[in-house]
Amino acid sequence: MTFTEVDGVEGEAGDFNVTLTKKPRYIIEDKCTGCTTCLKYCPVEYPDQFNQEISKNKAVHVYFSQAIPLVAYIDESCLYLKEKKCLICESVCQAGAIDLKQTKKKIEINVAAVILSSGIEPYDPKVKDEYGYGKMQNVVTSMDYERLLSSTGPYSGVVLRGSDKKHPKKIAWIQCVGSRRVTPGDNSYCSGVCCTYTQKQVILTKDHEAGAECTIFHNDIRSHGKDFERYFQRAEQLPGVEFIRSYASIAREIPESRNVVVRYATADDGVKEKEFDMVVLSVGLNPPADNKKLADKFGIELDSHGFCKTKHSNPMATTRHGVFVSGAFQGPTDIPESVFTASGAGVQCGELLDYRRGNLAKERIYPPERDVSEENPRIGVFVCHCGANISSVVNVPSAVDYALTLPNVVYAQQQLFSCATNSAKEITDLAKEKGLNRVVIAACSPRTLEPLFRDTLREAGLNQYYCEMANIREHCSWVHSKQKDEATAKAKDIIRMSVARACYLAPLQEFDLPVNKAALVVGGGIAGLTCALSIANQGHEVYLVEKDKYLGGTARRIYSTLEGMDVQAYLKDMIRAVYKNPLIHVFHEAAITDVSGYVGNFVTTVVTEGRVKEIKHGASVIAIGADVHKPAEYLYGEDDRVMTHLELEESIAKGDENVINAECLVMIQCVGCRNNDRNYCSRVCCSHAVKNALRLKEKNPAMDIHVLFRDMRTYGLREDFYREASEKNVKFIRYEPEDKPLVEAAVAEGKPVLRVTVTDPILGVKLAIDADILSLAAAVIPSASTMEVAGLFKVTLSPDDFFKEAHVKLKPVEFAADGVYLCGMAHYPKHITETISQAYGAAGRVLTLLSKDTVVASGSVCEVTDDDCVSCGACITACTYGAIAFRDTPNGRKAWVNPILCKGDGVCNAKCPTNAIVLKHFTDDALMSQIDAAMPSFN
Amino acid sequence: MCSGRVDLKFILRAFLNGLDGVLIGACKLNECNYVTHGNYDALGNTYLFKKIMERIGLNPERLRIEFMSGADGNLLAEVTNDFVKQVKALGPLGKSEGLDEKSLKSKLEAVNKLVPYIKLVERERLRVPVKSKEAYHQFFNGDEANRLFDELIGDKLSISQILLLLRESPLSTGKISEMLGLNPSEVSKHMNSSSRHGFVRYDESQKCYALA
Repeated sequence: MTFTEVDGVEGEAGDFNVTLTKKPRYIIEDKCTGCTTCLKYCPVEYPDQFNQEISKNKAVHVYFSQAIPLVAYIDESCLYLKEKKCLICESVCQAGAIDLKQTKKKIEINVAAVILSSGIEPYDPKVKDEYGYGKMQNVVTSMDYERLLSSTGPYSGVVLRGSDKKHPKKIAWIQCVGSRRVTPGDNSYCSGVCCTYTQKQVILTKDHEAGAECTIFHNDIRSHGKDFERYFQRAEQLPGVEFIRSYASIAREIPESRNVVVRYATADDGVKEKEFDMVVLSVGLNPPADNKKLADKFGIELDSHGFCKTKHSNPMATTRHGVFVSGAFQGPTDIPESVFTASGAGVQCGELLDYRRGNLAKERIYPPERDVSEENPRIGVFVCHCGANISSVVNVPSAVDYALTLPNVVYAQQQLFSCATNSAKEITDLAKEKGLNRVVIAACSPRTLEPLFRDTLREAGLNQYYCEMANIREHCSWVHSKQKDEATAKAKDIIRMSVARACYLAPLQEFDLPVNKAALVVGGGIAGLTCALSIANQGHEVYLVEKDKYLGGTARRIYSTLEGMDVQAYLKDMIRAVYKNPLIHVFHEAAITDVSGYVGNFVTTVVTEGRVKEIKHGASVIAIGADVHKPAEYLYGEDDRVMTHLELEESIAKGDENVINAECLVMIQCVGCRNNDRNYCSRVCCSHAVKNALRLKEKNPAMDIHVLFRDMRTYGLREDFYREASEKNVKFIRYEPEDKPLVEAAVAEGKPVLRVTVTDPILGVKLAIDADILSLAAAVIPSASTMEVAGLFKVTLSPDDFFKEAHVKLKPVEFAADGVYLCGMAHYPKHITETISQAYGAAGRVLTLLSKDTVVASGSVCEVTDDDCVSCGACITACTYGAIAFRDTPNGRKAWVNPILCKGDGVCNAKCPTNAIVLKHFTDDALMSQIDAAMPSFN
Repeated sequence: MCSGRVDLKFILRAFLNGLDGVLIGACKLNECNYVTHGNYDALGNTYLFKKIMERIGLNPERLRIEFMSGADGNLLAEVTNDFVKQVKALGPLGKSEGLDEKSLKSKLEAVNKLVPYIKLVERERLRVPVKSKEAYHQFFNGDEANRLFDELIGDKLSISQILLLLRESPLSTGKISEMLGLNPSEVSKHMNSSSRHGFVRYDESQKCYALA
């Protein structure tokens, strides 16, 4: 339900009555095909909201080119809505989808749970005069710039200045606009995503215009995300790119050129000014605009910044039972966190509703499949008008006539909309009536509608792989609207190629694999415990494997979070819940010795407390956590007064008097990472340092605390604690990696001290600090058993040896190997709340698998013809899924494809010297026939 | 199906069919939605095929690879227009390069025969270890790649072309070098090795080489 607002939510978890208002779209959604003919004829132009109002759109339009659903809506700028005039769209719409009489509709629905995913509102720099936004045409926000860079943006991917529509050559980005400031109108928190999105924009800008000069004025660079450190280096090392650490302000606009002057200051040169063609304000993230109303409607509370108030132990839970939250309404979040909190909110709805799971599901039954393998190809061709989308350019009747002349085509006809329900029915009926055994649909891109047409074939009793689509819309009518004759000729070419390929299509079976309903969770830290509990709460057995004697993992050494959650109490509750849950079987002192099988059917051998157990399970979760780097510098291990942040936390919690009564304590950040050996940021240490500093200040306000850092990365809402520490006189001194602090044992005023020497970047002089205690932010490093576990589960690692997820943004808890999931610090260093979110997220993905009785494997996978295989292994090394292995056959060793692991990319085909490996549905014969048919005259 | 599925044979078939240009469209580099990153394989094959084209006297600009996402419709149109313009300027395949239809076919056939061998060699010696556009560019434009190409594929390609010519009629070294545009000393080097391998024999009476 798009274009719909929630008015109120009554009732309680399991039984909410939600009142909705569906706003009039003036388009009948079921009828609109997204063809955009109306848009061409609509006479009203108004600023395109999707493109930040930089360019124009029509009163009737599809919000953006990839909108879901891909249907139009009519804006209030419509002439008919304003003055009862026009109605052109109604007359040009062949689908009859325009309905200007629509009115607001009240809808009541009954739901059991609610998930709030309202996202954020970009910070609006207009609220402050100093940014010049809205007054200077060449000052844009990062959102504006994002659209300028996009190929579907206001100038089709060309970056142009507002004032003179010229390419800007010198571009500046100003970071932290609206963020990390306590002045009125700004946000005190860090928005968490701007450093990296700016780097992305810089890289894209250099792609667009190699000669562009990019200057970034920044505070700390916060590259705390996975692989972000490398990304920053990539941006920084581009020629013509300069990162300047300085607050910057817009000084003025130059009237003649409309260029913008930025004022900034560096330690070396003092205050300076520089002129730019364009300035991009890297705006931060605000809570959703109507957050207060939202809170009222849903009966939830907000935090002091206006984000959704959540529990530290469950970041998806709001203050109202049964109402969950995911994404950036929780606070500033990047994409991976948004994705896993979405899955985590979903799984908690599942926990709530488990007792009635599947009650509303219905199974679909298809007619039996007709065996046509002995028949000659009998191809039916259906050419779609797509309203006027195709037919206003391509001569459809002529294309139909042409199709009838092609070999093996026994039937052809045109359809107004092939995707309409009645047309699909027509295809099914005609396929039966005419005895068709292959169907070519000449219409749009297979990306959107191929599943629908495959279904149509199944309804006709044909194998779904006998469907072939000829894309005569995106690849033809849409790009050749002014060349009608040539477009018709091209449509014929495309149809001819599809008909040629259709002859080579084979019936393929998608097979159903039964799913074992149990899960294996490797690792009994917070990630593993959370994940195991959520899965077990939905009725699935869980085998929890822990290498240690006790559950708890790294969290056993953490006493509180920065936000003040009592970690030990929480852990105790979790562990008790796990032991009490009859569906969770815990194995202590366990080691996995073997894993076999595949999604839905794994068999894992575990040695636990001296016994060997074989576990059958359908899903596996890797939650093995991480280790702490043992520093080899700054006298660590040589002097008892030098410790890691974790050890410092333990000392504080235990009330170690040497620590608490210290007069001076120094912390050194980035010990063992952000260097050549480990080119990543450990993410948690800056907040850890601030937390320890605040705890020490509580116990001993007089203690002199210095934090020596490179970039303070207290991202998101943690920024407030960094500020609090500063206010409590914790001193933060930045150092450069080339000029690291020096530590030596010394004696001062008769007292043995640790003398820490560091260069003060502002004063430019060496400071010597005599400390009683030195605490090191030791890097978080991959768990020692990472390699072994990766090998057993056949999953891959990222460059820094953390586990590599299937997609860094879109699939952050899955592996490329199906049925294996990932959460916690095994993925990348993270805070406890983040670990909990990701663990719920992984549980969500596990449940998606385990709630099904079977998994379907695609029919379009690779297969080896034994006789042609020369056992060279080229396909095996080409496969990134480990789907191919050697197998002994009566004719010797041959490559064999496990069809369940194969993803059908076909890279192996192009490597095989003897054409022995074949990707079904995309065989050499099928593709070669298409290439041949592309130019029929030659043969 | 991934762009890495685009086989050398497919490109070859298009040229054998008389198409004047081949454009491979692939996803953006480093933005694979899976873990395959097969567009790098497509990139490697494109570089390799361009070298082959150069070797048999075809303009390598007739083959192009472009990386774009599903949202880059404008880019696709732009690239296609540009490529069409470029290929039109180059003129018809073969003719513009001074090759008649027969020798063009013969040269492409010679490559076709070598495809299985090229795939093996590519895997052993011509694969770039680092997946980055720059690394591929550097590798395939570097001296080492050129040396490896000449050593592993170039000579084989010459011999394959010579054998195809000899299938028609016996020829002298001079005639062969003239027909293939190779230098005579190179041709005699290949003839020596081919007669050692027993592929060809020297006909004293006619002073030319024939298939053995």
